[in-house]
Amino acid sequence: MITGKVVKFGEDVNTDVILPGKYLVLTLNSQELAKHAMEGLDPNFSEKVRGGAILVAGKNFGCGSSREEAPTALKYAGVKCVLAESFARIFYRNAINIGLPVMECRGISKEVEEGNMLNVDLAIGEIKNQTKNITLQGTKLPDFILEILASDGLIEHLKKKMGLK
Amino acid sequence: MNIVEKILARASGKKEINPGEIVEANIDVAMVHDITGPKTVQSFQMIGVERVWNNERIVVIMDHIVPSSSVTATELQKIMREFAYQQKIENFYDLGRGGICHQVMPEKGHVKPGDLIVGTDSHTCTYGALGAFASGIGATEMAAVFATGVLWFKVPEVIKLNITGRFQKLVAPKDLILHIIGQIRADGATYKGVEFSGSIMRNMSVDGRMTMCNMAVEMGAKTGIVEPDEKTLKYVKDRTSNPFKPVRSDTNANYETVLDFDITDMEPQVSCPHLVDNVKPISEVDEVEVNQAFIGSCTNGRLEDLRIAGKLLEGRTIKEGVRMLVIPASQDIYLQALQEGLFEIFVKAGAFVCNPTCGPCLGGHLGLLAPGEVCISSSNRNFIGRMGSPKAYVYLASPATVAVSALKGKITDPRTLEA
Repeated sequence: MITGKVVKFGEDVNTDVILPGKYLVLTLNSQELAKHAMEGLDPNFSEKVRGGAILVAGKNFGCGSSREEAPTALKYAGVKCVLAESFARIFYRNAINIGLPVMECRGISKEVEEGNMLNVDLAIGEIKNQTKNITLQGTKLPDFILEILASDGLIEHLKKKMGLK
Repeated sequence: MNIVEKILARASGKKEINPGEIVEANIDVAMVHDITGPKTVQSFQMIGVERVWNNERIVVIMDHIVPSSSVTATELQKIMREFAYQQKIENFYDLGRGGICHQVMPEKGHVKPGDLIVGTDSHTCTYGALGAFASGIGATEMAAVFATGVLWFKVPEVIKLNITGRFQKLVAPKDLILHIIGQIRADGATYKGVEFSGSIMRNMSVDGRMTMCNMAVEMGAKTGIVEPDEKTLKYVKDRTSNPFKPVRSDTNANYETVLDFDITDMEPQVSCPHLVDNVKPISEVDEVEVNQAFIGSCTNGRLEDLRIAGKLLEGRTIKEGVRMLVIPASQDIYLQALQEGLFEIFVKAGAFVCNPTCGPCLGGHLGLLAPGEVCISSSNRNFIGRMGSPKAYVYLASPATVAVSALKGKITDPRTLEA
Protein backbone atom coordinates (compact mmCIF):
# COMPACT_ATOMS: atom_id res chain seq x y z
CA MET A 1 0.00 0.00 0.00
CA ILE A 2 1.32 3.45 -0.94
CA THR A 3 0.15 6.40 1.13
CA GLY A 4 0.85 10.06 0.49
CA LYS A 5 -0.29 13.61 -0.12
CA VAL A 6 -1.16 14.68 -3.65
CA VAL A 7 0.87 17.06 -5.77
CA LYS A 8 -1.19 17.79 -8.87
CA PHE A 9 -0.39 18.73 -12.47
CA GLY A 10 -2.37 19.24 -15.68
CA GLU A 11 -2.36 17.56 -19.09
CA ASP A 12 0.50 16.75 -21.50
CA VAL A 13 3.28 17.19 -18.93
CA ASN A 14 6.36 16.44 -21.07
CA THR A 15 9.82 15.12 -20.32
CA ASP A 16 11.46 18.47 -21.10
CA VAL A 17 9.69 20.04 -18.11
CA ILE A 18 10.04 16.92 -15.94
CA LEU A 19 13.79 17.09 -16.51
CA PRO A 20 15.31 19.56 -19.03
CA GLY A 21 17.78 18.14 -21.58
CA LYS A 22 20.60 20.37 -20.39
CA TYR A 23 20.98 18.32 -17.19
CA LEU A 24 21.41 15.04 -19.04
CA VAL A 25 25.04 15.78 -19.85
CA LEU A 26 25.95 16.77 -16.32
CA THR A 27 25.67 13.58 -14.32
CA LEU A 28 24.38 10.04 -13.93
CA ASN A 29 23.76 10.73 -10.23
CA SER A 30 20.04 10.35 -9.51
CA GLN A 31 20.08 12.61 -6.41
CA GLU A 32 21.63 15.43 -8.44
CA LEU A 33 19.05 15.02 -11.21
CA ALA A 34 16.25 15.04 -8.64
CA LYS A 35 17.07 18.63 -7.66
CA HIS A 36 15.92 19.79 -11.09
CA ALA A 37 12.72 17.75 -11.37
CA MET A 38 9.77 19.78 -12.69
CA GLU A 39 11.67 23.05 -12.31
CA GLY A 40 10.14 24.45 -15.51
CA LEU A 41 6.61 24.08 -14.13
CA ASP A 42 7.06 24.50 -10.39
CA PRO A 43 10.34 25.77 -8.91
CA ASN A 44 9.20 24.59 -5.45
CA PHE A 45 8.49 21.04 -6.59
CA SER A 46 11.35 19.27 -4.85
CA GLU A 47 10.41 20.91 -1.52
CA LYS A 48 6.78 19.87 -1.96
CA VAL A 49 7.52 16.20 -2.63
CA ARG A 50 10.46 15.73 -0.27
CA GLY A 51 9.72 12.92 2.15
CA GLY A 52 7.16 11.34 -0.15
CA ALA A 53 4.19 12.41 -2.26
CA ILE A 54 1.81 11.03 -4.84
CA LEU A 55 1.81 12.82 -8.16
CA VAL A 56 -1.56 13.13 -9.92
CA ALA A 57 -1.88 14.37 -13.50
CA GLY A 58 -4.14 14.60 -16.54
CA LYS A 59 -3.78 12.82 -19.86
CA ASN A 60 -0.53 11.99 -21.69
CA PHE A 61 1.80 12.35 -18.70
CA GLY A 62 5.48 12.03 -19.67
CA CYS A 63 5.15 12.68 -23.39
CA GLY A 64 8.29 13.46 -25.35
CA SER A 65 11.75 12.04 -25.00
CA SER A 66 12.87 8.54 -24.01
CA ARG A 67 15.05 9.91 -21.22
CA GLU A 68 14.81 7.57 -18.26
CA GLU A 69 16.15 10.40 -16.14
CA ALA A 70 12.62 11.88 -16.14
CA PRO A 71 11.01 9.19 -13.94
CA THR A 72 14.33 8.77 -12.10
CA ALA A 73 14.36 12.45 -11.11
CA LEU A 74 10.76 12.19 -9.86
CA LYS A 75 11.49 9.05 -7.87
CA TYR A 76 14.58 10.45 -6.19
CA ALA A 77 12.86 13.77 -5.49
CA GLY A 78 10.41 11.82 -3.34
CA VAL A 79 7.52 10.85 -5.63
CA LYS A 80 6.21 7.46 -4.48
CA CYS A 81 3.75 6.88 -7.28
CA VAL A 82 2.30 8.64 -10.35
CA LEU A 83 -1.41 8.40 -11.12
CA ALA A 84 -2.64 9.91 -14.38
CA GLU A 85 -5.56 9.83 -16.81
CA SER A 86 -3.08 8.33 -19.29
CA PHE A 87 0.68 8.08 -19.85
CA ALA A 88 2.99 8.41 -22.81
CA ARG A 89 4.25 4.90 -23.44
CA ILE A 90 8.04 5.31 -23.11
CA PHE A 91 7.69 7.18 -19.82
CA TYR A 92 5.32 4.48 -18.60
CA ARG A 93 7.78 1.67 -19.38
CA ASN A 94 10.73 3.63 -18.00
CA ALA A 95 8.97 4.35 -14.73
CA ILE A 96 8.25 0.65 -14.19
CA ASN A 97 11.80 -0.29 -15.15
CA ILE A 98 13.35 2.04 -12.59
CA GLY A 99 10.84 1.01 -9.91
CA LEU A 100 8.51 4.01 -9.84
CA PRO A 101 4.89 2.78 -9.65
CA VAL A 102 2.56 4.29 -12.26
CA MET A 103 -1.11 3.63 -12.78
CA GLU A 104 -3.74 4.89 -15.17
CA CYS A 105 -6.97 6.05 -13.61
CA ARG A 106 -9.69 7.62 -15.70
CA GLY A 107 -11.37 10.53 -13.95
CA ILE A 108 -8.66 11.00 -11.34
CA SER A 109 -7.96 14.63 -12.19
CA LYS A 110 -11.60 15.46 -11.36
CA GLU A 111 -11.84 13.46 -8.15
CA VAL A 112 -8.53 14.38 -6.55
CA GLU A 113 -7.26 17.80 -5.41
CA GLU A 114 -3.82 19.06 -4.46
CA GLY A 115 -3.07 18.09 -0.87
CA ASN A 116 -5.62 15.22 -0.66
CA MET A 117 -4.40 12.11 1.15
CA LEU A 118 -4.47 8.92 -0.92
CA ASN A 119 -4.00 5.19 -0.30
CA VAL A 120 -3.00 3.31 -3.44
CA ASP A 121 -3.24 -0.48 -3.65
CA LEU A 122 -1.40 -1.45 -6.83
CA ALA A 123 -2.20 -5.15 -6.46
CA ILE A 124 -5.91 -4.52 -7.05
CA GLY A 125 -5.65 -1.15 -8.81
CA GLU A 126 -7.61 0.68 -6.12
CA ILE A 127 -7.16 4.29 -5.02
CA LYS A 128 -8.78 5.55 -1.81
CA ASN A 129 -9.07 9.29 -1.39
CA GLN A 130 -9.11 9.62 2.42
CA THR A 131 -9.77 13.35 2.33
CA LYS A 132 -12.93 13.04 0.25
CA ASN A 133 -13.78 9.52 1.41
CA ILE A 134 -14.19 8.11 -2.10
CA THR A 135 -12.68 5.11 -3.88
CA LEU A 136 -11.46 5.12 -7.47
CA GLN A 137 -10.59 2.19 -9.69
CA GLY A 138 -7.41 2.42 -11.78
CA THR A 139 -6.23 0.08 -14.53
CA LYS A 140 -4.62 -2.78 -12.63
CA LEU A 141 -1.09 -3.55 -13.77
CA PRO A 142 -0.39 -7.02 -15.21
CA ASP A 143 1.23 -9.44 -12.74
CA PHE A 144 4.63 -9.48 -14.48
CA ILE A 145 4.82 -5.69 -14.16
CA LEU A 146 3.88 -5.88 -10.48
CA GLU A 147 6.76 -8.35 -10.10
CA ILE A 148 9.19 -5.86 -11.68
CA LEU A 149 7.96 -3.15 -9.29
CA ALA A 150 8.24 -5.54 -6.33
CA SER A 151 11.94 -5.95 -7.26
CA ASP A 152 12.29 -2.13 -7.33
CA GLY A 153 12.86 -2.20 -11.08
CA LEU A 154 14.04 -4.25 -14.03
CA ILE A 155 17.69 -4.67 -13.04
CA GLU A 156 16.99 -6.53 -9.79
CA HIS A 157 14.11 -8.39 -11.44
CA LEU A 158 16.37 -9.58 -14.25
CA LYS A 159 19.14 -10.55 -11.85
CA LYS A 160 16.70 -12.78 -9.99
CA LYS A 161 15.34 -14.22 -13.22
CA MET A 162 18.79 -14.93 -14.67
CA GLY A 163 20.13 -16.29 -11.38
CA LEU A 164 22.77 -13.55 -11.08
CA LYS A 165 23.93 -12.12 -7.77
CA MET B 1 -2.61 -9.23 -40.21
CA ASN B 2 -1.30 -5.70 -40.69
CA ILE B 3 2.42 -4.95 -41.16
CA VAL B 4 2.96 -4.22 -37.45
CA GLU B 5 1.35 -7.49 -36.35
CA LYS B 6 3.32 -9.43 -38.95
CA ILE B 7 6.68 -8.07 -37.80
CA LEU B 8 5.90 -8.69 -34.11
CA ALA B 9 4.58 -12.20 -34.90
CA ARG B 10 7.72 -13.12 -36.83
CA ALA B 11 10.00 -11.67 -34.12
CA SER B 12 8.20 -13.59 -31.36
CA GLY B 13 7.98 -16.85 -33.27
CA LYS B 14 4.20 -16.85 -33.59
CA LYS B 15 1.95 -17.47 -36.57
CA GLU B 16 -0.89 -15.23 -35.51
CA ILE B 17 -1.07 -12.42 -32.97
CA ASN B 18 -3.73 -9.97 -31.90
CA PRO B 19 -3.78 -6.44 -30.47
CA GLY B 20 -3.52 -6.41 -26.69
CA GLU B 21 -1.49 -9.63 -26.56
CA ILE B 22 1.86 -9.37 -24.77
CA VAL B 23 4.73 -11.04 -26.62
CA GLU B 24 8.43 -11.56 -25.96
CA ALA B 25 10.19 -10.66 -29.19
CA ASN B 26 13.74 -11.08 -30.46
CA ILE B 27 15.39 -7.76 -31.25
CA ASP B 28 17.07 -7.44 -34.66
CA VAL B 29 18.96 -4.20 -34.03
CA ALA B 30 19.50 -2.10 -30.88
CA MET B 31 20.76 1.49 -31.04
CA VAL B 32 22.09 3.77 -28.29
CA HIS B 33 23.56 7.28 -28.44
CA ASP B 34 25.76 9.45 -26.24
CA ILE B 35 22.94 10.83 -24.06
CA THR B 36 21.11 7.62 -23.16
CA GLY B 37 24.07 5.28 -23.71
CA PRO B 38 26.06 5.95 -20.51
CA LYS B 39 23.03 5.09 -18.36
CA THR B 40 22.47 1.96 -20.48
CA VAL B 41 26.06 0.87 -19.85
CA GLN B 42 25.74 1.60 -16.12
CA SER B 43 22.56 -0.49 -15.92
CA PHE B 44 24.12 -3.26 -18.04
CA GLN B 45 27.03 -3.45 -15.62
CA MET B 46 24.61 -3.58 -12.67
CA ILE B 47 22.85 -6.58 -14.20
CA GLY B 48 26.22 -8.27 -14.09
CA VAL B 49 26.37 -10.02 -17.48
CA GLU B 50 29.86 -10.15 -19.00
CA ARG B 51 29.16 -9.87 -22.71
CA VAL B 52 26.36 -8.32 -24.74
CA TRP B 53 23.99 -10.80 -26.37
CA ASN B 54 25.21 -9.98 -29.88
CA ASN B 55 27.84 -7.36 -30.66
CA GLU B 56 26.87 -7.27 -34.34
CA ARG B 57 23.28 -6.24 -33.62
CA ILE B 58 24.21 -3.23 -31.50
CA VAL B 59 24.86 0.20 -33.01
CA VAL B 60 26.45 3.01 -30.98
CA ILE B 61 26.24 6.55 -32.33
CA MET B 62 27.66 9.76 -30.88
CA ASP B 63 25.37 12.56 -31.98
CA HIS B 64 23.65 14.57 -29.27
CA ILE B 65 26.54 16.56 -27.85
CA VAL B 66 29.32 16.34 -30.46
CA PRO B 67 31.92 17.65 -30.33
CA SER B 68 31.51 17.56 -26.58
CA SER B 69 30.72 20.94 -25.03
CA SER B 70 31.92 20.20 -21.50
CA VAL B 71 34.32 18.04 -19.55
CA THR B 72 31.48 16.12 -17.91
CA ALA B 73 29.91 15.36 -21.30
CA THR B 74 33.25 14.02 -22.52
CA GLU B 75 33.51 11.89 -19.39
CA LEU B 76 30.08 10.40 -20.08
CA GLN B 77 31.00 9.84 -23.74
CA LYS B 78 34.17 8.07 -22.63
CA ILE B 79 31.96 5.44 -20.99
CA MET B 80 30.50 4.75 -24.45
CA ARG B 81 33.83 4.69 -26.23
CA GLU B 82 35.26 2.21 -23.74
CA PHE B 83 32.15 0.07 -23.83
CA ALA B 84 32.18 -0.13 -27.64
CA TYR B 85 35.82 -1.16 -27.51
CA GLN B 86 35.44 -3.73 -24.72
CA GLN B 87 32.35 -5.32 -26.24
CA LYS B 88 33.85 -5.30 -29.74
CA ILE B 89 30.97 -3.27 -31.19
CA GLU B 90 32.06 -2.55 -34.73
CA ASN B 91 29.03 -0.45 -35.58
CA PHE B 92 30.36 2.45 -33.57
CA TYR B 93 30.00 5.89 -35.14
CA ASP B 94 32.06 8.49 -33.31
CA LEU B 95 32.06 12.13 -34.33
CA GLY B 96 33.26 12.63 -37.87
CA ARG B 97 32.13 9.08 -38.78
CA GLY B 98 28.37 9.23 -38.70
CA GLY B 99 25.99 11.97 -37.65
CA ILE B 100 22.51 12.03 -36.16
CA CYS B 101 21.49 8.49 -35.20
CA HIS B 102 18.16 8.49 -37.05
CA GLN B 103 19.89 9.41 -40.30
CA VAL B 104 22.94 7.19 -39.80
CA MET B 105 20.89 4.07 -39.02
CA PRO B 106 19.06 3.96 -42.37
CA GLU B 107 21.91 5.53 -44.34
CA LYS B 108 24.48 2.94 -43.22
CA GLY B 109 22.21 -0.04 -43.85
CA HIS B 110 21.26 -0.85 -40.24
CA VAL B 111 17.54 -0.63 -41.00
CA LYS B 112 15.89 -3.28 -43.14
CA PRO B 113 12.23 -3.84 -44.01
CA GLY B 114 10.62 -6.35 -41.64
CA ASP B 115 13.14 -5.75 -38.84
CA LEU B 116 12.27 -5.17 -35.19
CA ILE B 117 14.46 -2.32 -33.97
CA VAL B 118 14.69 -0.55 -30.62
CA GLY B 119 16.66 2.57 -29.75
CA THR B 120 17.09 4.60 -26.60
CA ASP B 121 15.58 7.61 -28.29
CA SER B 122 11.94 8.51 -28.77
CA HIS B 123 12.43 9.30 -32.47
CA THR B 124 13.56 5.74 -33.20
CA CYS B 125 10.19 5.37 -34.93
CA THR B 126 11.85 7.12 -37.93
CA TYR B 127 12.93 3.71 -39.27
CA GLY B 128 9.34 2.77 -40.03
CA ALA B 129 9.95 4.75 -43.23
CA LEU B 130 11.74 1.63 -44.49
CA GLY B 131 9.04 -0.81 -43.37
CA ALA B 132 10.65 -1.77 -40.05
CA PHE B 133 8.90 -1.80 -36.66
CA ALA B 134 11.00 0.59 -34.64
CA SER B 135 10.30 2.02 -31.22
CA GLY B 136 11.97 4.09 -28.53
CA ILE B 137 12.77 2.57 -25.15
CA GLY B 138 14.63 3.69 -22.02
CA ALA B 139 18.18 3.03 -20.90
CA THR B 140 17.51 0.32 -18.31
CA GLU B 141 15.26 -1.51 -20.74
CA MET B 142 18.06 -1.30 -23.32
CA ALA B 143 20.46 -2.78 -20.77
CA ALA B 144 18.08 -5.74 -20.55
CA VAL B 145 18.12 -6.01 -24.35
CA PHE B 146 21.93 -5.89 -24.36
CA ALA B 147 21.92 -8.74 -21.82
CA THR B 148 19.18 -10.93 -23.31
CA GLY B 149 18.30 -9.80 -26.85
CA VAL B 150 14.58 -9.95 -26.08
CA LEU B 151 11.97 -7.47 -24.97
CA TRP B 152 8.25 -7.59 -24.18
CA PHE B 153 5.77 -5.73 -26.36
CA LYS B 154 2.06 -5.26 -26.11
CA VAL B 155 0.79 -5.76 -29.66
CA PRO B 156 -0.63 -2.34 -30.53
CA GLU B 157 -3.84 -1.39 -32.28
CA VAL B 158 -2.98 0.27 -35.58
CA ILE B 159 -4.44 3.45 -37.05
CA LYS B 160 -4.20 3.55 -40.84
CA LEU B 161 -3.95 6.93 -42.52
CA ASN B 162 -4.96 6.97 -46.16
CA ILE B 163 -3.40 10.15 -47.54
CA THR B 164 -4.35 11.33 -51.02
CA GLY B 165 -4.41 14.48 -53.16
CA ARG B 166 -1.32 16.43 -54.10
CA PHE B 167 1.15 18.76 -52.43
CA GLN B 168 0.92 22.45 -53.30
CA LYS B 169 4.16 24.11 -54.28
CA LEU B 170 6.55 24.54 -51.31
CA VAL B 171 4.35 22.40 -49.09
CA ALA B 172 6.33 19.45 -47.73
CA PRO B 173 6.02 16.17 -45.79
CA LYS B 174 6.80 18.20 -42.64
CA ASP B 175 3.67 20.27 -43.18
CA LEU B 176 1.70 17.07 -43.67
CA ILE B 177 2.88 15.40 -40.48
CA LEU B 178 2.28 18.60 -38.48
CA HIS B 179 -1.23 18.77 -39.95
CA ILE B 180 -1.86 15.13 -38.99
CA ILE B 181 -0.57 15.67 -35.43
CA GLY B 182 -2.83 18.71 -35.13
CA GLN B 183 -5.79 16.53 -36.04
CA ILE B 184 -4.94 13.37 -34.09
CA ARG B 185 -3.49 15.37 -31.15
CA ALA B 186 -0.49 14.68 -28.92
CA ASP B 187 -2.01 11.61 -27.27
CA GLY B 188 -4.32 10.45 -30.08
CA ALA B 189 -2.13 7.51 -31.03
CA THR B 190 -0.71 6.63 -27.59
CA TYR B 191 0.29 2.94 -27.36
CA LYS B 192 -0.76 2.54 -31.02
CA GLY B 193 0.93 2.00 -34.35
CA VAL B 194 0.36 4.45 -37.21
CA GLU B 195 0.54 3.17 -40.78
CA PHE B 196 0.97 5.94 -43.35
CA SER B 197 -0.49 4.90 -46.70
CA GLY B 198 -2.21 6.22 -49.83
CA SER B 199 -0.98 7.78 -53.06
CA ILE B 200 0.83 10.64 -51.30
CA MET B 201 3.01 8.17 -49.40
CA ARG B 202 3.67 6.05 -52.49
CA ASN B 203 4.89 9.13 -54.36
CA MET B 204 6.92 10.45 -51.44
CA SER B 205 10.72 10.16 -51.29
CA VAL B 206 12.42 8.07 -48.60
CA ASP B 207 13.64 11.34 -47.01
CA GLY B 208 10.05 12.56 -46.77
CA ARG B 209 8.83 9.26 -45.34
CA MET B 210 11.49 9.51 -42.64
CA THR B 211 10.24 12.99 -41.66
CA MET B 212 6.71 11.59 -41.39
CA CYS B 213 7.57 8.48 -39.35
CA ASN B 214 10.00 10.47 -37.19
CA MET B 215 7.19 12.55 -35.72
CA ALA B 216 4.75 9.66 -35.14
CA VAL B 217 5.86 9.74 -31.49
CA GLU B 218 4.57 13.32 -31.22
CA MET B 219 1.04 11.86 -31.33
CA GLY B 220 2.06 9.23 -28.79
CA ALA B 221 2.55 6.39 -31.30
CA LYS B 222 4.62 3.32 -30.54
CA THR B 223 5.73 3.27 -34.15
CA GLY B 224 5.05 4.95 -37.49
CA ILE B 225 5.39 2.78 -40.54
CA VAL B 226 5.16 2.84 -44.33
CA GLU B 227 4.75 -0.36 -46.33
CA PRO B 228 7.95 -1.09 -48.25
CA ASP B 229 7.88 -0.62 -52.03
CA GLU B 230 10.37 -0.45 -54.90
CA LYS B 231 11.79 2.84 -53.55
CA THR B 232 12.38 1.25 -50.16
CA LEU B 233 14.06 -1.82 -51.63
CA LYS B 234 16.38 0.27 -53.77
CA TYR B 235 17.33 2.48 -50.82
CA VAL B 236 18.11 -0.53 -48.64
CA LYS B 237 19.90 -2.64 -51.27
CA ASP B 238 22.19 0.31 -52.06
CA ARG B 239 23.30 0.24 -48.43
CA THR B 240 23.47 -3.35 -47.23
CA SER B 241 24.04 -6.80 -48.65
CA ASN B 242 22.48 -8.47 -45.60
CA PRO B 243 19.34 -10.46 -46.41
CA PHE B 244 15.90 -9.22 -45.36
CA LYS B 245 12.27 -10.13 -45.77
CA PRO B 246 9.91 -7.23 -46.44
CA VAL B 247 6.35 -7.61 -45.16
CA ARG B 248 3.19 -5.78 -46.16
CA SER B 249 -0.28 -5.56 -44.64
CA ASP B 250 -2.86 -8.07 -45.85
CA THR B 251 -5.71 -6.56 -47.84
CA ASN B 252 -8.16 -7.71 -45.16
CA ALA B 253 -5.92 -6.63 -42.25
CA ASN B 254 -7.47 -5.28 -39.08
CA TYR B 255 -7.15 -1.63 -38.12
CA GLU B 256 -8.50 0.21 -35.12
CA THR B 257 -9.42 3.13 -37.39
CA VAL B 258 -8.85 4.17 -40.98
CA LEU B 259 -8.65 7.93 -41.48
CA ASP B 260 -8.69 9.68 -44.86
CA PHE B 261 -6.71 12.83 -45.56
CA ASP B 262 -7.00 14.73 -48.84
CA ILE B 263 -4.23 17.32 -48.73
CA THR B 264 -4.83 19.16 -52.00
CA ASP B 265 -5.83 22.38 -50.21
CA MET B 266 -3.29 22.08 -47.41
CA GLU B 267 -1.10 25.16 -46.89
CA PRO B 268 2.20 25.26 -44.97
CA GLN B 269 1.65 24.39 -41.29
CA VAL B 270 3.18 25.79 -38.12
CA SER B 271 3.25 24.17 -34.70
CA CYS B 272 2.98 27.03 -32.18
CA PRO B 273 4.33 27.16 -28.60
CA HIS B 274 4.37 25.15 -26.38
CA LEU B 275 2.92 21.86 -27.60
CA VAL B 276 3.56 20.04 -30.88
CA ASP B 277 -0.16 19.51 -31.52
CA ASN B 278 -0.85 23.24 -31.38
CA VAL B 279 -0.79 23.31 -35.19
CA LYS B 280 -2.19 26.07 -37.40
CA PRO B 281 -2.18 26.73 -41.13
CA ILE B 282 0.36 29.50 -41.73
CA SER B 283 -2.34 31.96 -42.81
CA GLU B 284 -3.68 31.85 -39.24
CA VAL B 285 -0.29 32.45 -37.61
CA ASP B 286 0.75 36.01 -36.72
CA GLU B 287 3.85 37.41 -38.37
CA VAL B 288 5.91 36.81 -35.24
CA GLU B 289 9.44 38.24 -35.33
CA VAL B 290 12.15 35.58 -34.99
CA ASN B 291 15.58 35.76 -33.34
CA GLN B 292 16.80 32.36 -34.51
CA ALA B 293 16.04 30.05 -37.43
CA PHE B 294 17.19 26.43 -37.38
CA ILE B 295 17.30 23.89 -40.19
CA GLY B 296 18.48 20.50 -39.05
CA SER B 297 17.67 17.62 -36.64
CA CYS B 298 16.57 14.02 -37.22
CA THR B 299 13.31 15.41 -38.59
CA ASN B 300 14.56 17.78 -41.29
CA GLY B 301 18.33 17.81 -41.71
CA ARG B 302 18.36 15.66 -44.85
CA LEU B 303 19.62 16.47 -48.31
CA GLU B 304 16.14 17.24 -49.64
CA ASP B 305 15.69 19.74 -46.80
CA LEU B 306 19.03 21.45 -47.43
CA ARG B 307 18.34 21.61 -51.15
CA ILE B 308 15.02 23.41 -50.75
CA ALA B 309 16.57 25.81 -48.25
CA GLY B 310 19.45 26.42 -50.69
CA LYS B 311 17.03 27.13 -53.49
CA LEU B 312 15.21 29.74 -51.43
CA LEU B 313 18.30 31.34 -49.88
CA GLU B 314 20.39 31.51 -53.07
CA GLY B 315 21.42 35.08 -53.85
CA ARG B 316 19.51 36.42 -50.83
CA THR B 317 20.55 37.64 -47.40
CA ILE B 318 19.12 36.63 -44.04
CA LYS B 319 17.46 39.52 -42.25
CA GLU B 320 19.69 41.52 -39.93
CA GLY B 321 19.15 40.37 -36.35
CA VAL B 322 18.28 36.77 -37.24
CA ARG B 323 20.75 34.04 -36.36
CA MET B 324 20.39 31.13 -38.75
CA LEU B 325 21.84 27.70 -38.07
CA VAL B 326 22.05 24.96 -40.71
CA ILE B 327 23.04 21.49 -39.51
CA PRO B 328 23.25 18.58 -41.97
CA ALA B 329 22.04 15.35 -40.35
CA SER B 330 25.07 13.24 -41.26
CA GLN B 331 28.62 13.29 -42.58
CA ASP B 332 27.38 11.83 -45.88
CA ILE B 333 24.81 14.59 -46.24
CA TYR B 334 27.42 17.16 -45.22
CA LEU B 335 29.74 15.99 -47.97
CA GLN B 336 27.01 15.85 -50.58
CA ALA B 337 25.76 19.34 -49.66
CA LEU B 338 29.32 20.61 -49.82
CA GLN B 339 29.83 19.12 -53.27
CA GLU B 340 26.54 20.55 -54.51
CA GLY B 341 27.61 24.04 -53.47
CA LEU B 342 24.88 24.42 -50.87
CA PHE B 343 27.24 25.59 -48.13
CA GLU B 344 28.41 28.47 -50.31
CA ILE B 345 24.79 29.59 -50.64
CA PHE B 346 24.19 29.30 -46.88
CA VAL B 347 27.39 31.11 -45.92
CA LYS B 348 26.81 33.92 -48.42
CA ALA B 349 23.26 34.33 -47.10
CA GLY B 350 24.67 34.78 -43.59
CA ALA B 351 23.81 31.38 -42.13
CA PHE B 352 26.04 29.49 -39.71
CA VAL B 353 26.75 25.94 -40.91
CA CYS B 354 27.59 23.40 -38.19
CA ASN B 355 28.85 19.84 -38.00
CA PRO B 356 26.30 17.00 -37.96
CA THR B 357 24.81 16.89 -34.45
CA CYS B 358 21.44 17.10 -32.70
CA GLY B 359 22.63 20.48 -31.43
CA PRO B 360 20.01 23.05 -30.48
CA CYS B 361 17.00 20.74 -31.01
CA LEU B 362 17.18 19.40 -27.46
CA GLY B 363 18.76 22.48 -25.91
CA GLY B 364 21.99 20.61 -25.35
CA HIS B 365 24.46 22.95 -27.04
CA LEU B 366 24.84 25.27 -30.06
CA GLY B 367 22.45 28.17 -30.01
CA LEU B 368 20.37 27.96 -26.84
CA LEU B 369 17.64 30.59 -26.61
CA ALA B 370 17.43 33.46 -24.11
CA PRO B 371 14.21 34.35 -22.24
CA GLY B 372 11.70 36.00 -24.53
CA GLU B 373 13.46 34.88 -27.73
CA VAL B 374 11.67 33.23 -30.63
CA CYS B 375 13.02 30.40 -32.79
CA ILE B 376 11.50 29.00 -35.95
CA SER B 377 12.78 25.47 -36.26
CA SER B 378 12.59 22.49 -38.59
CA SER B 379 13.01 20.17 -35.58
CA ASN B 380 10.36 18.18 -33.73
CA ARG B 381 9.52 19.65 -30.32
CA ASN B 382 8.51 23.06 -29.03
CA PHE B 383 8.01 22.20 -25.36
CA ILE B 384 8.75 24.76 -22.64
CA GLY B 385 12.53 24.88 -22.16
CA ARG B 386 13.24 22.50 -25.05
CA MET B 387 15.71 24.75 -26.88
CA GLY B 388 17.06 26.77 -23.96
CA SER B 389 15.24 29.16 -21.62
CA PRO B 390 11.83 28.04 -20.30
CA LYS B 391 10.73 31.55 -21.30
CA ALA B 392 11.67 31.17 -24.99
CA TYR B 393 9.20 30.40 -27.79
CA VAL B 394 9.70 27.69 -30.41
CA TYR B 395 7.64 27.40 -33.61
CA LEU B 396 8.01 24.24 -35.71
CA ALA B 397 7.75 24.34 -39.49
CA SER B 398 9.16 22.96 -42.74
CA PRO B 399 12.67 23.83 -43.96
CA ALA B 400 11.12 26.09 -46.64
CA THR B 401 9.11 28.04 -44.06
CA VAL B 402 12.18 28.31 -41.80
CA ALA B 403 14.37 29.58 -44.66
CA VAL B 404 11.91 32.22 -45.86
CA SER B 405 11.13 33.31 -42.30
CA ALA B 406 14.89 33.82 -41.78
CA LEU B 407 15.00 36.04 -44.88
CA LYS B 408 12.02 38.11 -43.75
CA GLY B 409 12.83 38.17 -40.03
CA LYS B 410 9.33 37.01 -39.14
CA ILE B 411 7.21 33.88 -39.62
CA THR B 412 6.38 33.94 -43.32
CA ASP B 413 4.54 31.72 -45.81
CA PRO B 414 7.33 30.50 -48.15
CA ARG B 415 4.97 30.77 -51.11
CA THR B 416 5.03 34.57 -50.80
CA LEU B 417 8.72 34.78 -51.72
CA GLU B 418 9.11 36.50 -55.07
CA ALA B 419 10.66 34.28 -57.72
